[in-house]
Amino acid sequence: MPAAPRRVGLFVTCLVDLFRPTVGFAAAALLERAGCEVVVPAAQVCCGQPAYNSGDRADAKAIARDVIAAFEPFDATVAPSGSCAGMLKRHYPSLFAGDAAWEPRARALAERTFELVSFLVDECGMEEVDARREGRVTYHDSCSSLREMGVRAQPRRLLASVDGLKLEELSAPDVCCGFGGTFCVKYPDISGRMVADKARDIAATGAGTVLAADMGCLLNIAGRLSREGSAVEARHVAEVLAGMDDRPAIGRPARAR
Amino acid sequence: METTSRTFPANARAGLADAALQTSLARFQGGFQVKRAEAAGRLPEFEALRDEARAIKDHTLAHLDHYLERYEAQVTAAGGTVHWCETPADARETILSLCKETGARTVTKSKSMIAEEMALNPFLEEHGIEPIETDLGEYVVQLADERPSHIIAPAVHKTRDQVADLFHEKHSPLGLTRRLDRVEELVEEARHVLRPRYLAADVGITGANFLIAETGSSAVVTNEGNADLTQILPRVHIVIATLEKVVPTLEDATTIMRVLARSATGQEFSTYTTVSTGPRRPGDADGPEAYHVVLLDNGRSRMLGSEFRDVLRCIKCGACMNHCPVYGAVGGHAYGWVYPGPVGAVLTPNLIGLEEARHLPNASSFCGRCEEVCPMRIPLPAMMRTLREQEFSRRLGPAGMRAGIGAWAWLVRRPALYRLATGIAIRLLGAMGRRRGRFARLPLAGGWTDVRDMPAPEGATFHALWRKGRRA
Amino acid sequence: MSGPDARAAILGSVRRALGRGPLDEAARAALDERLARPAPNLVPARAALPQEERVALFTAMAEGVFATVDRVSGAAAVPGAVADYLAQQNLPPALAMAPDPALDAYPWADRPMLSIRRGAAEEADRVAVTGAVMGFAETGTLMMASGPEHPSTLNFLPETHVVVLPAERIGGSYEEGWAHLRAKGAEEGGEGGDGTGGFMPRTVNLVTGPSRTADIEQTITLGAHGPRRLHIVIVDGEAP
Repeated sequence: MPAAPRRVGLFVTCLVDLFRPTVGFAAAALLERAGCEVVVPAAQVCCGQPAYNSGDRADAKAIARDVIAAFEPFDATVAPSGSCAGMLKRHYPSLFAGDAAWEPRARALAERTFELVSFLVDECGMEEVDARREGRVTYHDSCSSLREMGVRAQPRRLLASVDGLKLEELSAPDVCCGFGGTFCVKYPDISGRMVADKARDIAATGAGTVLAADMGCLLNIAGRLSREGSAVEARHVAEVLAGMDDRPAIGRPARAR
Repeated sequence: METTSRTFPANARAGLADAALQTSLARFQGGFQVKRAEAAGRLPEFEALRDEARAIKDHTLAHLDHYLERYEAQVTAAGGTVHWCETPADARETILSLCKETGARTVTKSKSMIAEEMALNPFLEEHGIEPIETDLGEYVVQLADERPSHIIAPAVHKTRDQVADLFHEKHSPLGLTRRLDRVEELVEEARHVLRPRYLAADVGITGANFLIAETGSSAVVTNEGNADLTQILPRVHIVIATLEKVVPTLEDATTIMRVLARSATGQEFSTYTTVSTGPRRPGDADGPEAYHVVLLDNGRSRMLGSEFRDVLRCIKCGACMNHCPVYGAVGGHAYGWVYPGPVGAVLTPNLIGLEEARHLPNASSFCGRCEEVCPMRIPLPAMMRTLREQEFSRRLGPAGMRAGIGAWAWLVRRPALYRLATGIAIRLLGAMGRRRGRFARLPLAGGWTDVRDMPAPEGATFHALWRKGRRA
Repeated sequence: MSGPDARAAILGSVRRALGRGPLDEAARAALDERLARPAPNLVPARAALPQEERVALFTAMAEGVFATVDRVSGAAAVPGAVADYLAQQNLPPALAMAPDPALDAYPWADRPMLSIRRGAAEEADRVAVTGAVMGFAETGTLMMASGPEHPSTLNFLPETHVVVLPAERIGGSYEEGWAHLRAKGAEEGGEGGDGTGGFMPRTVNLVTGPSRTADIEQTITLGAHGPRRLHIVIVDGEAP
């Protein structure tokens, strides 16, 4: 029961923009299939989280104002990332708490901001996808998706409709992969240990592919897997759901044409 | 207490490289997480109890002056004495003079993090009084001349083998020369060694989980019963506690107890919850003849008026550290002061200064598990972020990081320029990484590539492709 | 600073932190009213059961934390149950017993083998026998209150603690215990439930199973410092 078409502003996220445009196209395709009109505002760059989590509140607010202005016109703002969506939804309102001009605008945007997969399921009523992928996959819940955006069942539900796909759960799907934004470069030893634990958990499932809904986690996990020489592929869940999982996985060489 | 919080990154590396520690940490975190989840799952009202517990503490903190006054009046009415102390040094001196008045030579102690804050043991030793830790974990840590690495499981960093070696070394002079192997034997030997110490102690010092304003009581929770032998055998019972331990009524304490053990160890209730009110009464055959409360501020009243008030709700259950992946990786000693883990990352900068402890709130991936399991719903990640904001505004962090964030933010606010710059960079990186798909080394990205590859970008930015009208 | 000056300084600092001076009369009265009429907060429904099911829940919870539970019918059966338990555990038939008139009412003389000393625990005592104020089904917890009739050392020094508990004293939740102590205080000294706190005995022990520790490798081991064994004899029928 897809809801009436609506104008969705796609918040691409900087990591998708820079590292994995495929995910942006997959997100746009899924949204269109759900009956949405997808608009990509040109004035978007980043949600401001690197500044916000580094204690640079002034820059975080300046960036947030730009994002709010760019996405105000839409019925919904959707990001293929629980982390960036969580920044808009959970943190913008508190950034502007007490600001008569901006707090209401931040709150209004927050109310209409969603993580991609949960938006498809919860808001658009998507129950299945028309996609096919043979083999076993495992799924890593990003911390922000899980704890800030309440995303857990939705990706599993859609993955269950992918032909040929079998989901093998991690033993600790809710444990952080060690990305954590600037954390991963400020404390590489600790981050490295956390992602090594994650890689071990992934390997133990026997799955050939690990999926997640946040590029931060995926770059971290893919980077660790390839460093270990693992054959496990890492992909954004939207690629599989949109049937765009034919291109090389994250961190894998481009195929000879 | 001395601090090594400043060298957190090096401490963390040492922890990561310590194989015995890693074995201990892996075992303990797994166990506690499962047990907490099961205990919470068995009690349908658990989440509602968390809300009530939080509301009780918020109410108390908002009226802390009144409840402290009522509490003191009730302690006095019950024949006890409250000693108000602003600083750890004041508290130490007060305890010392109470010990001297009693002519104390040995003092038994049940676990107290406040005693760690005031570095009580070395102070008493300097003044010729022998402190004896009675909680098994604390006893182990004391024998090893170490510090607790966890607030409810002080010796969690030690393996059974290490404890066996330690007991063998330290108990041999007592005539206990066999090296023991099994946990039960080790527990038995500690019981045997400590029993006469309990009986001979002149003063017993306990911490407090709650101070109850209604009755002037202190309540202490243990599984071993050590806090009980510590307080009912010696002539003098001294309770040490900080201001925020007060709650209004027995019922309020009870509500919080319902979430305490479940969050801490996954027990339905701790074995011993003991509520003590004043000294022994006429006709009592046992119990202490004198009852003193050393009530310490040490920064709490300041925190009450700051953006960190909510952390004063903490009931020291340890759930945040039991669930923290960073704590689980580096262990408690890396944090370098009394309180490790997420709550330590908030408390330590507040109590010993952000200059000393600036690493602690930074060493978090903001995964949010601590807040998720905190029975008192303390917004620990938000508080760590606030500390990072203080660090940033006071320019305490590395200048390079600060400049980097500033330059990046400047660029982000200029989308056209940003696209031009990133478009070129990504095309370049994409081309360079095309063959292997990843980079094992990248200039200026050592923090990343030391422990993992950097996946190569696909080679064009999404915005460039989208503008060109390329659709999938 | 410590002492009276520190008291003033700390309370002043607290009030500054709260952004106000001392509370006014009305506010203080409202808080004192809360203290004077302590009301239960949310009490889990788990233990809100009819008596028989409550006893069953108490038993199951206590056994779940390594206590042992026996249930006997009538006061006359108590000495035998205690003697049998000691024999079973290979414990000497020598008891340090709380000087509690309620315990005296059991026909201990029926078991002449039992040697009984009444009073506080001593170092050499191996078995303590006491009563309890109440039991709480919620977690299989016993409430014991210190006093001339119940020295607290009995709960901790001997390695075996036998508690004789009339079934009718098994309540649901801890709050019933606080209410009981307040009512008893009011009965005895006109205090209790009036915010004076005078109803509290020196020591109230909530005991849930025998002493344990998991401080070495999270291995649960009984008898850390307190009793290794907690044996509860539930007595049906009229209390003696």
